[in-house]
Amino acid sequence: MSTPAPTTAGSAGGLPELDAVRWRRRVDERELRRRGIGWTVSTLGHVVPFTVTGIVLFLVEPLALPVSLAAFAQGWILPELYAQRGANVVRPKKRAAEGPERVALGLLGDLLGHDARDLHARTGLVMERGALGVWLLGEGGALLVRGPRGRRVHCYCVRVNHPELPSSDRIAHLLLALREDEAGFATVANHSFSGARWRVRRRVPKPMRPALDAAGVSLVDRPLELPA
Amino acid sequence: MSRLVRMDSTGHTTLAEWTADDTEAVEAAAAAFRAELDRGYFAIVSTGEGHAEQVRELPVDAPLVIMRLPISGG
Repeated sequence: MSTPAPTTAGSAGGLPELDAVRWRRRVDERELRRRGIGWTVSTLGHVVPFTVTGIVLFLVEPLALPVSLAAFAQGWILPELYAQRGANVVRPKKRAAEGPERVALGLLGDLLGHDARDLHARTGLVMERGALGVWLLGEGGALLVRGPRGRRVHCYCVRVNHPELPSSDRIAHLLLALREDEAGFATVANHSFSGARWRVRRRVPKPMRPALDAAGVSLVDRPLELPA
Repeated sequence: MSRLVRMDSTGHTTLAEWTADDTEAVEAAAAAFRAELDRGYFAIVSTGEGHAEQVRELPVDAPLVIMRLPISGG
């Protein structure tokens, strides 16, 4: 059986923004799994060598305990920095004046169902279920929660490049693009991190954490229908 | 009544309103629509829950047409 040729971003139609990233492979289940595995291997690549180094150093020379501790710290800090970078994609940005924010919120509300509107009011994130997973959209980025029980999060940096827009308008731009072409949206966006949901959850601002919980619950209640 | 709105720094601006049987209003809306496309906006209409579609001609029967700006990886 022959392997199908990789689909590049620009060749498959969909979002017009894909023309700007023609060289990218269009995101699909396989690509997301590949990226997830890549990030897991990368994390282990940081944790294991530093941990082993710390243990060996201590066993060989107990007086080298401070160096061992420094190695352990290094193995802990590096993955944490990556998780922080992932969580930062949904960090709230500077808000516009109250009037435009209210008007934009009205339009965004018209695009959402009751539950998503309520979640946005509480957390600042819009939850949207797609074929690839459950998306949480912020003003300057998106989190894709997926996997068994929603245990893995992919973090994407993606935005409309007009900072004067009200925050709800910035989210509405992402929401409409996502609804138009989910795989294209994930292709245009810059993938910044993938890891366990708990690692991202503890790094996002506290008010946003219930949104990650809700995405996990959504996947427990109704798991994704994966392609055969 | 159908509406053509543009997301902008004011929140959003209603550019045109029309009904399918009002030819004059439809033509005005179509002109506003084309002007926004020329400015680099994309026109989006909802096509059911969780789905939207980009259109290049004014869909006269759509209740709401939203003009959005391009997105990019940050």
